[in-house]
Amino acid sequence: MTKFPLLSLLVFTPCIGAAVLAITRRASASVARVLTLLFSLSTLGLGLVAAASFDPTRTGMQWIEQHTWIEALNVHYRLGLDGLSLVLVLLTGVVSPTALLASWRIKSSARAFGALFLLLQSAAIGVFLALDFFHWFVFWELSLIPAFFLIKLWGGPAATRAAYQFVIYTIGGSAFMLLGFAAIFAATGTLDFIRLAQEAADGALAESLARAGGWWPTAVFLGVLLGLAVKVPLFPFHTWLPSTYAEAPTGVSMFLTGVMSKMGVYGFLRILWPLFPAQLHAVSGVLLWLALGGVVLGAFAAMRQTDLKRMIAYSSINHLSYCLLALFAVSAATGGPKPAAHAAAAALSGTILQMFNHGISAAALFACVGMIESRCDGRRGLHDFGGLRTVAPVFAGLTGIAMFSSLGLPGLNGFVGEFLIFRGVFGLAPWAAAIATLGLLATAVFLLTFWQRVFHGPARGATTAGFAALSGVEYATLVPLVALMFILGIWPQLLARLINPLITTWAGHLNLP
Amino acid sequence: MNALPWTIYISFAGAVLALIAGARSASAARWVALATAIAAAVVAFAAAADFSPGPGLQALKDVPWIPEMGIRYHLAADGISLTLVILTALAAVAGILFSWNIEERTGEFFALFLALIGGVYGVFLSADAFLLFVFYEIAIVPKYFLIAKWGSTNREYGAMKLVLYSFAGSALVLAGLLWAYALGGGTSFALGDLAQAASAFSRGEQIGLFALVFLGFGVLAGLFPFHTWAPTGHVAAPTAASMLLAGVVMKLGAYGCLRVAMPLFPVGFEFWQSTIAALALAGIIYAGLIALVQDDFKFVIGYSSVSHMGFVLLGLAAANARAVSGAVLQMFSHGVIAGLLFAVVGRMVYERTHTRQLADLRTMPLHRKLPFAALTFVLAGLASMGMPGFSGFPAELTILIGTWKTSPLWAAFAAGGILIAAAFTLRVIHISFFGTTDRSASPVAPLASNTAAPAMHELHYGPITWAEKAGALLLIGATVYVGLKPDVLLNWIMPALESPLMRAALKQATP
Amino acid sequence: MNPDYRQLLSALLPEASLVLGALIVLGVDLFAGRQRAFAPRVQLSSWLGLLAIAIAIYHAIGASPAAANFGGVFAFDALARAARVGVLLLAGFTLALLPGTSRLAHPAEYVAILLFATCGFTLMASAQQLLVAFLALELASLSLYVLAGFDKSRPESAEAGLKYFLFGGISAAFLLFGFSLIYGLTGSIEFTEIAQQLRVQPTTPLLVVAVVMILVGFGFKAAAAPFHLWAPDAYQGAPATSAALIASASKLAGFTLFVRLLWHGAGPAAGSVSSFTGAPGWLPVAAVIAGLSLLLGNIAALAQSNVRRLLAYSAIAHAGALLLGVIAAGSAGPAPLFYYAATYGLATIGAFGVIAMIDRISPCQRITDLAGLYRRSPLLAGCLFVYVLSLAGIPPLAGFFGKFAVFAAALKISGLGGPIGWLAVLAILLSAVALYYYLVILKQALVVPPANDAPRIAVPALAAITLVVVAALLVVLGIFPSRILTLF
Repeated sequence: MTKFPLLSLLVFTPCIGAAVLAITRRASASVARVLTLLFSLSTLGLGLVAAASFDPTRTGMQWIEQHTWIEALNVHYRLGLDGLSLVLVLLTGVVSPTALLASWRIKSSARAFGALFLLLQSAAIGVFLALDFFHWFVFWELSLIPAFFLIKLWGGPAATRAAYQFVIYTIGGSAFMLLGFAAIFAATGTLDFIRLAQEAADGALAESLARAGGWWPTAVFLGVLLGLAVKVPLFPFHTWLPSTYAEAPTGVSMFLTGVMSKMGVYGFLRILWPLFPAQLHAVSGVLLWLALGGVVLGAFAAMRQTDLKRMIAYSSINHLSYCLLALFAVSAATGGPKPAAHAAAAALSGTILQMFNHGISAAALFACVGMIESRCDGRRGLHDFGGLRTVAPVFAGLTGIAMFSSLGLPGLNGFVGEFLIFRGVFGLAPWAAAIATLGLLATAVFLLTFWQRVFHGPARGATTAGFAALSGVEYATLVPLVALMFILGIWPQLLARLINPLITTWAGHLNLP
Repeated sequence: MNALPWTIYISFAGAVLALIAGARSASAARWVALATAIAAAVVAFAAAADFSPGPGLQALKDVPWIPEMGIRYHLAADGISLTLVILTALAAVAGILFSWNIEERTGEFFALFLALIGGVYGVFLSADAFLLFVFYEIAIVPKYFLIAKWGSTNREYGAMKLVLYSFAGSALVLAGLLWAYALGGGTSFALGDLAQAASAFSRGEQIGLFALVFLGFGVLAGLFPFHTWAPTGHVAAPTAASMLLAGVVMKLGAYGCLRVAMPLFPVGFEFWQSTIAALALAGIIYAGLIALVQDDFKFVIGYSSVSHMGFVLLGLAAANARAVSGAVLQMFSHGVIAGLLFAVVGRMVYERTHTRQLADLRTMPLHRKLPFAALTFVLAGLASMGMPGFSGFPAELTILIGTWKTSPLWAAFAAGGILIAAAFTLRVIHISFFGTTDRSASPVAPLASNTAAPAMHELHYGPITWAEKAGALLLIGATVYVGLKPDVLLNWIMPALESPLMRAALKQATP
Repeated sequence: MNPDYRQLLSALLPEASLVLGALIVLGVDLFAGRQRAFAPRVQLSSWLGLLAIAIAIYHAIGASPAAANFGGVFAFDALARAARVGVLLLAGFTLALLPGTSRLAHPAEYVAILLFATCGFTLMASAQQLLVAFLALELASLSLYVLAGFDKSRPESAEAGLKYFLFGGISAAFLLFGFSLIYGLTGSIEFTEIAQQLRVQPTTPLLVVAVVMILVGFGFKAAAAPFHLWAPDAYQGAPATSAALIASASKLAGFTLFVRLLWHGAGPAAGSVSSFTGAPGWLPVAAVIAGLSLLLGNIAALAQSNVRRLLAYSAIAHAGALLLGVIAAGSAGPAPLFYYAATYGLATIGAFGVIAMIDRISPCQRITDLAGLYRRSPLLAGCLFVYVLSLAGIPPLAGFFGKFAVFAAALKISGLGGPIGWLAVLAILLSAVALYYYLVILKQALVVPPANDAPRIAVPALAAITLVVVAALLVVLGIFPSRILTLF
């Protein structure tokens, strides 16, 4: 453990970038773009440094930084890194620059866009690294603001409403989460995740909360759950999502689905599950159904969409619900008669891998739709196109790979995560897995419909006018993502190795306090 | 530390000087006012640097004043006073900077403004109930003239309503204080002595006294349903006066509740505690919902002030050290933030566009014309929403934590209030500054207005002046600094709550 | 009882100087003034009158408090001394306003009558016997009737004088009737002996009638509701300086006499207002009158559009508060009452003085006539600001502390355990109502811009100095009320 503040650097380098952009008023748009990209890449670079120095055999937090912050509230500036955080930092590192590349051609104020984007990125990393609720919540909430403006100012015609809805829903959830933590602080006097998790494991947390009244632990749990569920989103709190993703500019959609949705899942894994194991267990039956609702209904809703972006947005609901499904299944089995450690381990590692994989493939799909949109006067209806494959074969190929990754084709990255999740869930809650396959089926249907309508058949609609070849920037956007799909599909161990010890620990402690 | 009373003297002297200077030239009056406010601020900050937090009021000046009635000229400060003194210093300087463009009767404007400031300093530093009351009333009257003369929309009505509400409140306070004084034998107005005398009062008397005094101060703090003066008054007031009104004067009420009503009549407080909490919550939610549907930019901010002051009152009602420290922090925070919001609305935007109708503002994408104003407003709005990183967040969090200890249910409602605050703040942010020139493409909350000049967005607005920038930066700096380092204030406030007087109030009422 | 006339003369030197002064004023004007132009005549008379008052003040201050009381006719105690100096000062301030304002014919007569009235006031302030009290009162009243009707150029002035006279006459009748009953019951006209007699007598219905009669009489004089009907018309019609005198020095002298008569004389018949089942006596009656005055004065004032009538109704309201002071004087002594009455007098003189100054240029009747005063004369506007806020009871001005002291004294009697406490609370709450109409005045004076053709107002030096001194006194006495409280 060195004194080098690697994690602070990770969090604040994009922030500094935003400040630099804010100051350099005279910078031309292209300079601003390059600057933004460079600062954005810092996450990947520093993330890789962290990954290289990461000791996967240790389970606790690494690179911990701790300073006293607010004495009166017993708040500390605490950053730490474990496998889960590392995976998500890497994901951010990959998705952010590609999202920026996808936004290379935004029309107005490249500087403001870059600054806001870097702030958003910084906030996301902060969320993944903070170990104190106060600290964590700062980033959690701050991430909304750049997102709000990015969507509103650079988004589509209905962007204002979408942005507003998005922020209000999320803040609505957050307010109750905040309340929950206020209660936790009132009961325990600390906001430190690690300490709270320990207290929760001992059962002390629920006990101190219960002093205010027997059902308050549950109420607090529900508050925190609400905050996180909106963010992921968990069915039925998802209604903000499709219009937001559809109205946001492409690059922002990529970041939203690639990274921000992971913040919610991360919250489930880092906060809700460790802090409220018993409460989560108690309601896991209901939650399983909700997750299944997301899986199945998300997929079926996607099937009914004619707007390609909305379709992918719904598919995101579907994919993220797998993550939650696995977690809830594990929670449901916690403390059960059969110590299903093996299945739980599979489910949990599936969850983390799925987070990464979905981040990449959903981002790639949004990028593809964005490219279509930018070439066809902003049209992105399912029925506006046809025969794109003949006009733009390379593009079709890349899109296809992203699509099949999303579908979970073996050999591509999506497969590993979904497979592990299904394997785990089968072991823990077979019926749920069975129902979830419906979602799998529907996903296949809508993605193939997409593929067939847009890329096959005779050239129709917007595509008849031709399809300009992909530019260098666009290749730079798609190719790394697609390459990662192959790499991780073939060599999932690359990531799994980072999280295995963590998973083992988690799966080994499936007891209720 | 012992120089703190000079904040009062400097302000009053400055008022006279500004009046004299104003007879010669407007700019002389401005500079005199600014110099005065800065001098007072320097005194305040120097005292703060010199301050060692501890329980109880630290005497600054204590001489007999009207010995026949046991009244002393007793100034003293503790962490709570100091927090609010600092707030006043900031608000005064910023307010003057934002009034730089007052051209009409400049000297009189700044004289009244500084007199108001002097009264406010006085209230925060008084340790004698009579003295406190005197300063309290001194702070009321200038408001009328500031609003009635230099205000805008419906100003005479707004001014009169505001002053009469305040004065009616202060009449209740006076009745309560005199009653307590008479009951206690009529020997002393010192807060400590009154509290001691009050401990011998019957339960019924305590209940009645607390109701009088708390209600009286509560009116000025925007206690629901006696808050209606606030929005109209804020809207009618000129920018600097709105800043002071929302920023500082409403704090006078809350301060009075905390400094006088609660410690003096703990038994009464205990009796009324839940009622106050209910009213505070009603205020938070009701005012928030009203703010959500306002068409006038300034009304939104006006109602938001009521909503935020509800948090202060809720914190007080929760009656434990945590919640009360949060309430004081929220006083500071809201003071700075409300000042900033009113500055943007009243000065930066209204003085240039001459409209405050959201329906008109949405047709002019002001973020392009006035980027600095937009940035300021966004930051202030975020702070007002309770976004982490700004002072509102630690304050609201602390209040929530403390309130939870007293009643989780209250805290739950308060959390709903946070959501509403976010909703109305975002709504005005995006309507006011990020509208589109295309009127048909404004999907949110259609507002009917025919008053918009068609080519309004083509106008060129004067640039933001240095004074506006300086004022805005001062306040933004304050809210961010306190947001990141609330310890600065909390370390003053927490020990102050350990004093025997405060303890009596807080312990009695904590279940 | 052998009164020592030399001593008596020395004790009554102030009154003597006033009467002499009045005669000199008349004589000088008769021989030297007739030939001169109007302005120097006014100047001359006023300065002579001021000189007389100055001499009177000198003697009043010098009067030994221990001086014999001449068989109970006079009391030269601390209250008398303070009240004499007080009324003299107030009269002096009123007189000092005259040169700038008066368009009255016969200025010397005006000054002389004013001095006679003042002489009545000072006698009232020290009277300790029914007969002297009545004579002093009537001397003052008769002079005031004349002063109210002095402006022959306006019919309203005559109306004011007549109304004032008629009501004053009735009140005199009531008083006299009450006095005679008291005399019949106790066989004495000296306050102290009356009190001794009453102490041993049971409260008979006749006594109650007597005391009620006296209260009614005083109610008329002090313009307390429901005997206030003359006041608005008199204030409206009388020359501003006369109205100032009626509202200030006359009030102070009247309430001094009142408190002395009621507490020193009829004290044993006071009854009680410290509980809701209090004993009968004059206190409950006074409390009822006080409450009515407070309510009626404050509420009726809200509806006024004439600034003088507004001040009249505000005077009625203040009379209610002063009655509270009278009631509280039994336990708290006369200090709060005196402070209140004196500072109220200062503020009213100031307010009427400002009206008088405006009147020189253009009639000042409606509140809107004050519009734009801040531009027409910043000095007057600034002074009016102080006076009106003092009337409204805003700290740190004297009006605030007066209210504060009176209400505190009233509340000290029995807290909220009796009607008196609630009356005090009512008064406090009504002061919030009062602020409304005071602010209406100030709004016109300080906020509303002047009409286009409104000329600037030049204020004569003497009047300007007087107004500033009065305003300064209100501030200084407000901040250092002990200066007055320690007089007793």
